[in-house]
Amino acid sequence: MITMTKDTMQIVREQDVVPFRNRVRELSTKIGMSLVNQTKLITAASELVRNMLKYANGGKITLEIVSKNGQNGVRLTFVDEGPGIENISQAMLDGFSTGKSLGLGLPGAKRLVNEFDIKSVVGTGTTVTVTHWKNGR
Amino acid sequence: MDRIPILKMGPFLLVTIQVDLYDRLALNLENDLISMVSKTGARGVLIDISAVNIVDSFMGRILGNIASMSRIMDAETVVVGMQPAVAITLVELGLTLQGVHTALNVEKGMDLLYDRTDLLTTQEDEDNGEDPDDYND
Repeated sequence: MITMTKDTMQIVREQDVVPFRNRVRELSTKIGMSLVNQTKLITAASELVRNMLKYANGGKITLEIVSKNGQNGVRLTFVDEGPGIENISQAMLDGFSTGKSLGLGLPGAKRLVNEFDIKSVVGTGTTVTVTHWKNGR
Repeated sequence: MDRIPILKMGPFLLVTIQVDLYDRLALNLENDLISMVSKTGARGVLIDISAVNIVDSFMGRILGNIASMSRIMDAETVVVGMQPAVAITLVELGLTLQGVHTALNVEKGMDLLYDRTDLLTTQEDEDNGEDPDDYND
């Protein structure tokens, strides 16, 4: 996988979500992603950025246009220094939430994107990486 | 801007969401709508989301909350104008908006509200002084 462009955004408050979503839309439009795939990626991004704000008071997001086997995609990396997730497989289950939400955020985001990776160390923080390809496959 | 305007149209309340939603804005809308229903005695709430590009699990939950709260306050809720890409994404996310009435556009949404609240039939009853049930039997 080759990185074509790369920039970062700091998320500290709820309103930062709006320019972040717009930036994701810009990048996915730039590589010619269809509207449905754009919507899926932005919705997944919206879930992940909410988790970051809710559980870790924000964090840093890296936004990249990447290329693999001649196909372009958008890769987003969410890094926070929050409490971390004790049991990741439990957190990935539909309907599980330690907050008062529906528990669709992580599993839903995973369903919406092509590649999903989550790493977490309790007491250190959580890193989630998602990649969505131009043709959505 | 941290409030979405609510219009009163006869017995109904009308909301058109024209801006990108973030969580606080959606929560304010939920509160404002429920207090408006109580203050005006509205029988229906119509929410137009045709300009909304993203509905994630939080906003989906808010729509569901508005519908359930309104129902308790004797008002029906219809969500209209959902973009196809948003509908596809919502279902894949795992959110089916159960209990929320939907319609394709504002016009159909208004028809549905009149239907659900029996407001038109009540008016007709007063006009001809007969019970519509008589025709059916």
